[in-house]
Amino acid sequence: MNSLAEAGRKVADPARVFAVTDHIVDTRSGRTDQTLMPGGQAFITETRAAAKAAGITLFDVNDPDQGIVHVISPELGIVLPGCTLIAPDSHTCTQGAFGALAWGIGSSEAEHAMATGTLRLAKPKSMRVTFTGKLAEGTTAKDMILMLLANHGAAGGKGHAVEFAGEAITALDMEGRMTLCNMATEFSAMSGFIAPDDKTYTYLKGRRYAPGGALWDDAVASWQSLRSDRQASFAQEINIDASKVAPMVSWGTNPGQTIAIDAAVPSEADDRSLEYIALKKGQPIKGVPIDAAFIGSCTNSRLNDLRRASALLKGKKIADGMKAICVPGSTRVKREAEAEGIDLIFKNAGFEWRESGCSMCFYAGGESFAAGSRVISTTNRNFESRQGPNVKTHIASPETVVASAIAGAIADPREIANG
Amino acid sequence: MANPFTTLTSLPMPLIRDNIDTDQIIPSREMKSTGKTGLADGLFAGWRYTEIGGRDPDPDFVMNDPFFSDSRIILGGENFGCGSSREHAVWALVEYGFRAVITPSFAPIFAGNCVRNGILPVVLDSEAIATIEQGGLPVTIDLPEQKVSINEGQSWTFPIDEEAKAMLLDGLDAIDLSLKMADDIAAWQKADQTRRPWIYLGAEQ
Ligand code: SF4
Repeated sequence: MNSLAEAGRKVADPARVFAVTDHIVDTRSGRTDQTLMPGGQAFITETRAAAKAAGITLFDVNDPDQGIVHVISPELGIVLPGCTLIAPDSHTCTQGAFGALAWGIGSSEAEHAMATGTLRLAKPKSMRVTFTGKLAEGTTAKDMILMLLANHGAAGGKGHAVEFAGEAITALDMEGRMTLCNMATEFSAMSGFIAPDDKTYTYLKGRRYAPGGALWDDAVASWQSLRSDRQASFAQEINIDASKVAPMVSWGTNPGQTIAIDAAVPSEADDRSLEYIALKKGQPIKGVPIDAAFIGSCTNSRLNDLRRASALLKGKKIADGMKAICVPGSTRVKREAEAEGIDLIFKNAGFEWRESGCSMCFYAGGESFAAGSRVISTTNRNFESRQGPNVKTHIASPETVVASAIAGAIADPREIANG
Repeated sequence: MANPFTTLTSLPMPLIRDNIDTDQIIPSREMKSTGKTGLADGLFAGWRYTEIGGRDPDPDFVMNDPFFSDSRIILGGENFGCGSSREHAVWALVEYGFRAVITPSFAPIFAGNCVRNGILPVVLDSEAIATIEQGGLPVTIDLPEQKVSINEGQSWTFPIDEEAKAMLLDGLDAIDLSLKMADDIAAWQKADQTRRPWIYLGAEQ
C-alpha cells in the first residue's frame, strides 16, 4: 500500500481489498502492537495507517475477526465460489477449497492488483488428482495431501492448477478441504481447488460478506455450474486410493520427504537433508524422540482440527519436559473452542493456549522453538530453520502431533485412539 | 521502475544447488523493514555468515570469495526460488547488485518477481550451466538476442515470454502497462457485474 501511494497511485476499489495482522502479531496473551519480531511493531502501525488512508478494511491486532488470513477470509465469506482471490502469501491456495481460483502472489503483483483490479497471468496447465475410496480411521485430509507429496514429490504439480476430486474429497468437511488445498503450493502447483457443493454453500450462508437474500439464491444457482465437464481432459491425472492413506510424517527438509508413520527413512534419502534432520537411512520414524509439539497454522488450526486433537488429548498429559503449543487459527476459532471447553483440555494436558496468528509456524527473528530442537508440527513447511534456528520440523496431522506430544516421541495416533 | 536490461557481462557466481528456496535467499528473520531496501545484508544470510543472526563472513561460502565480489549473475540449480512467495528475496538480490540468474528451472512466482524488479531469469540446461561454471570466465547475456555467450564464442539461446522481455528491456512497470487498458478493464467488469453481482459486493454491504 505504501509503495502504491509513493508512486502516486490509488487502490482501484478499496471495498474489495481486506487486510489483517497475522504473520507478525504476538500470540502470547494480553498482546498489544508490541511483538518480539524485529520491526514488527512498526509494520503493524504502518499497516494500520496505510489501510486507513486507502479506505481498506483492516482486521486489527485485537479485532474479534482477526486471525490467519486463510482462516478468516472463509469465516467472513470473503472468498466465494468462482471468484479470483489473491494474497501476497503462498498459502492463499487454501481458499481454492471453496471453488475459487485463489493463489499466492508477490508484493508487486499485489500492488498491480490493487491499482488495476487485474493481474497478468499465463494460463496454468490443468491437473486432476482423484482420491477414490474412503479414508481409514485415524487418517485425515493432512495425510491425504502428504501422501500425494510423498508419492509425487514437492515439484509434482509445477505449473499446474490442480482440481482435487473423487469420493474421498467430497466426503471431507470444508475444513478438511482447506487443509488439503493449503498444501497445493507445497506440491508446487499454482493453486488447488475443489468444485463447490452443498457443504460449501452451507458453510458460506449467512457469513458477513457473503451475498444475502435473493442474491444468495442467484449465486448458488450460478455456482452449481462450477464443475468440470464429464468428458473434461486434463494435462495430467493422478489417482490415489484414499483407503491406503496412513498417518504420514515428514522425515526430511522438504514436504515431499514424507513417509507413513510405520515406515522407515528411505534408503535413497538425500544426505544433506539427513544430516540436517539428524536421522539415519532405514531408521523407523515412529519412536524418534521430540522436544516440542505445535498445533496451529493455516493448514490445521480450525475448530474441527482442535476438536479432533482435543478428543484424543482429553484426560491425558504431554510427556515431561515437552514444550507444546496450540494456536487457534483465528480469534473466532479461539472463542468457539473456549465455549466448548477445548482450551481447558489443552491447558490441562500441558499445552500453552495462545492468541491467534501465524505464531511459531515460521521464524522471523521473534519467538521460536529452542535452537536445534525437534518439533512435530501441524504446519506445512519443514524447511531448514523454518520454526527456529536449526529447528528440525516433522509435519503431520493434529492427531499425530497430539499422540506424539503424549508419547514424547513420534507416535501413531491410531494406537492412542484404540487404548 | 526498474533499470532497463539490455546486455550484461559479468563473471557468474556458482551456487549450483537444487531447490534453493526464498527462505535461504533471505531468511525471514532478516526481513526487518517494510520496504524494498535494507535487505542486501540478509541475502543468503544462513550460508553467508558463521552464525545465525551474525555478520561474520563464512569464508567457505562463495559470496565471500573476493574473486566473485563483482558478480552480477548467479548460476543456480533446479527449482530456484521455491518456497514462500516473499518478494524480499528478489529485492535483496537487486539491492546487492545481481541482475540475472541462470538456472535449469525457476519456481514460477519467483521468476515473475524477478522480471518485475529488473532481474533477468535465464533458463539454460544443466549441461550449459556446467560448461559455464567450469569455464570460470565472464559471460555476456544479450536480452534482445536472447543469448548467453562465453568468450570463446560458445553460446546458448534462452526462452523468455514476450511481455517479460518487453518489460525488462524498457525497465517498464507492469502497472503502467495495464493501466493503458483501463477502458477495456472497466467495460469487462461492468458486464461481469451484471452477470455475477455478488462478486463485487466487497465490504460495502
Ligand atoms: S500460518 Fe504459517 S504458512 Fe500459514 S500463512 Fe501463516 S506463516 Fe504462512
